[in-house]
Amino acid sequence: MIISTIAFYLFAAMTIASAFMVISAKNPVHSVLYLILAFFNSAALFVLLGAEFLAMILVVVYVGAVAVLFLFVVMMLDINFAELRQGFLQYLPIGGLVGIILLIELILVVSGWVLSPEALDVSSQVAPLTSGLTNTEQLGQIIYTDYAYLFQIAGMILLVAMIGAIVLTNRKRAGVRKQNIATQVYRRPEESMAVRKVEPGQGV
Amino acid sequence: MEIGLAHYLTVSAILLTLGIFGIFLNRKNVIVILMSIELILLAVNINLVAFSAFLGNLVGQVFALFILTVAAGEAAIGLAILVVYFRNRGTIAVEDIHHMKG
Repeated sequence: MIISTIAFYLFAAMTIASAFMVISAKNPVHSVLYLILAFFNSAALFVLLGAEFLAMILVVVYVGAVAVLFLFVVMMLDINFAELRQGFLQYLPIGGLVGIILLIELILVVSGWVLSPEALDVSSQVAPLTSGLTNTEQLGQIIYTDYAYLFQIAGMILLVAMIGAIVLTNRKRAGVRKQNIATQVYRRPEESMAVRKVEPGQGV
Repeated sequence: MEIGLAHYLTVSAILLTLGIFGIFLNRKNVIVILMSIELILLAVNINLVAFSAFLGNLVGQVFALFILTVAAGEAAIGLAILVVYFRNRGTIAVEDIHHMKG
């Protein structure tokens, strides 16, 4: 019990510290790296909560895909980041004010809130946690049955996002010759070959 | 000391606040704004998973999975728009984006 308590405080502190570094780091590349650290630590928090599948998905999807995408874009675009940081201090008071007000409100909500006894009644729940099965098995049993349509829609959203990203970033560049298979197949021997009669002793 | 639901909710509240604070702080840098949005979505996910674990109800984890999907799609589309915008204008300063008003 004491080990899980220590682990919670460690991972929570690391998550919050790296989240703070994400928004305050001077170099966006460092921001992305701190974002990766924040995701890793929240994956550890998910493991502490018993949500192993989501923890692994978080590592695979966020660290493996989203964060690398961010890193790629940050490094690909040639941006003057010093110029973008101007006005950092100008927005600090208003941002800090909004942030502090929000945090106070959230703390008031969290501290003044109690769980109703009916909510803990397992029999009234839609998909109660069942013992004897792993987290992944339990999730699979309800995702592919009760939430099959939502799962399909999630897949469609990913497909649309993929096609959208390709369509947005694809461009025709002048001066680049690309293979056009349709024209290659369409070529006939008559239009691409000419038979000349060459007299002996003379050039073409 | 027993770690309860309130601990996780506090962590997620702080993360959410940091995300919103980051949007205000980095008004000019769209990349950091997108990262702040990822932080906000992460806070929401921690909230959902914490409630799911402490109430013994699996639906929260299913919803966290879908939020993860939408967040991945949103990051991909947002960064694609950013790349196209940079190609056209040579900068990613947010203040210039009002040129796109119809």
